[in-house]
Amino acid sequence: MSNAPVDKGRRRFLTVATSVVGAAGAVGVAVPFIASWNPSAKAKNAGAPVEVNIGKAEPGQLIRVEWRGQPVWVVRRTPEMLASLEGLADQLRDPNSEQPQQPEYASNLYRSRKEEYFVAVGICTHLGCSPQYLEDSFGEQVEGVSAGFFCPCHGSRFDIAGRVFSGVPAPYNLVVPPHYYVDDNTILVGEDGEQA
Amino acid sequence: MKKLIAWFDERIPMTKTWNIHLAQYPAPKNFNFWYLFGVLAMLVLVNQILTGIWLTMNYVPSAEGAFASVEYIMRDVDYGWLLRYMHSTGASAFFVVVYLHMLRGMMYGSYQKPRELLWVFGMLIFLVLMAEAFMGYLLPWGQMSYWGAQVIISLFGAIPIIGDDLTLWIRGDYVISGATLNRFFALHVIALPLVLVILVFLHIIALHEVGSNNPEGIAIKKPKGSVPDSEKPKFEFHERFTKKYDIVDAIPFFPYYVVKDLIGIGIFLFLFCYVIFFAPAMGGLFLEPPNFEPANPLKTPNHIAPVWYFTPFYAILRAVPDKLLGVILMFGSIAALFVLPWLDRGKVRSIRYRCGLHKLNLTVFCISFVALGYLGLKPATEVYTFFARVFTFLYFAFFILLFFYSKNENTKPVPERITK
Repeated sequence: MSNAPVDKGRRRFLTVATSVVGAAGAVGVAVPFIASWNPSAKAKNAGAPVEVNIGKAEPGQLIRVEWRGQPVWVVRRTPEMLASLEGLADQLRDPNSEQPQQPEYASNLYRSRKEEYFVAVGICTHLGCSPQYLEDSFGEQVEGVSAGFFCPCHGSRFDIAGRVFSGVPAPYNLVVPPHYYVDDNTILVGEDGEQA
Repeated sequence: MKKLIAWFDERIPMTKTWNIHLAQYPAPKNFNFWYLFGVLAMLVLVNQILTGIWLTMNYVPSAEGAFASVEYIMRDVDYGWLLRYMHSTGASAFFVVVYLHMLRGMMYGSYQKPRELLWVFGMLIFLVLMAEAFMGYLLPWGQMSYWGAQVIISLFGAIPIIGDDLTLWIRGDYVISGATLNRFFALHVIALPLVLVILVFLHIIALHEVGSNNPEGIAIKKPKGSVPDSEKPKFEFHERFTKKYDIVDAIPFFPYYVVKDLIGIGIFLFLFCYVIFFAPAMGGLFLEPPNFEPANPLKTPNHIAPVWYFTPFYAILRAVPDKLLGVILMFGSIAALFVLPWLDRGKVRSIRYRCGLHKLNLTVFCISFVALGYLGLKPATEVYTFFARVFTFLYFAFFILLFFYSKNENTKPVPERITK
């Protein structure tokens, strides 16, 4: 090594430049490690839409199908159930479905495309348990309302349109997935369809 | 033999390390049984690593094979049931000894200056341990594994804006699936144990740098030259400790505390083996009944409760009617412990010499913790929720009260020396 004078400015520039390039490299290397945790192509494929045949559903019956590995309910509601939805507003947290928990076409009192059929993801918005469908014993949970959904995990309550009651841990109404009627007897869950 | 040791000593600090950390390490002479839980935690860690490695030899980390492979280990592998019960009981035993170890630190002020970093390392160990236990609990792929993980991962969904994408990223799927199971397996068997072992190493290095606290909460290091030779212990301590200070009322860790710890280990193993052989499920506390059923994404068990060691924090989560606030309070209950060294502004360490209010405060804290643990196991009825709120309030009140009264606390006079 020679005794040549040290160019401090140059040395600093090289140190900073090397550090910056090295840090950029480290960020680049982190990308595959982080991105590999995203759902794989296979998992995304499994998220394809599913068809539900509602031709044989009895009034009051709940049909359960699997979509993206989640339970999706289709409930054929009786006129009494539909009537019970009115007049609950002051017991509910979001009676008018203002939170974006449903597609626009389900942003109504019944939270559905057709009044009779209620389609929802059967997972509690609190911590992901699957609530129970209480067809006629919901009165034990909320006086005067005979049908609804009750989450056994932490006691959240939902009416028959999936609207959450106030004073329970769940923050939002149940999610209504994108869906449309292929024909009178078939619902396709997972797509909005052209009628949207 | 001497030649062989000398050969090594010239190449690696073998005898030196032995002396500094064991044979010539000065430990206060008045350790009581509360000082056993550190070494017991190390013992359980070794047990977990050893049995864990053996379990991976027959375990199949996939959604299709996991549950069946655990049953295979239990029924068809020679002594597989024993290895698994040692591992599952070890998980609970780990938390038993760690909670007692933490309580010891709180009673005798072992987190106070200069041991703040030691305490923080300990808390990091606790945090990693919780992650380790949570991920391990998913692996048997039973109903409670599945739904417990569902609940805990959903906690991250409470974070505004990024919450939903974050939970999707953690799961690697739209629900908990084989993808989740495999990554939890990888983290549980290699990533977190590595971190854990490194943290334990740092914890011990930090401990040996500042020296152990003791039930009296007073220092065994006196200014150099202030202690006449007649009052110094008749042991040789490493010059690393005697260079700057006069050491009083201490004995070398080896052999004295090693022998004492062996007695403690013996008693611990009696209890540990009793559970392994006679009550491995501990009445549903260590292994929950729904977990003997394979995971079913379409059916939630009627009542979801985490394993007992998470229930105090779970009860806090449930006590709050707002999701985000509940999550914040739950993590806050752990964060408060992290900053305990700075919340406690007192100068006196041991509970023996602190004010009556502090004794009461710590007692109420312990009662609240146990009560929350009980409530976290129970369904969320109105009465239970009410009590959970009361005890959550008392839990946090401990830290807030401590911060205020510790500034000008009415303490008893602290002795100069550990009683002879």
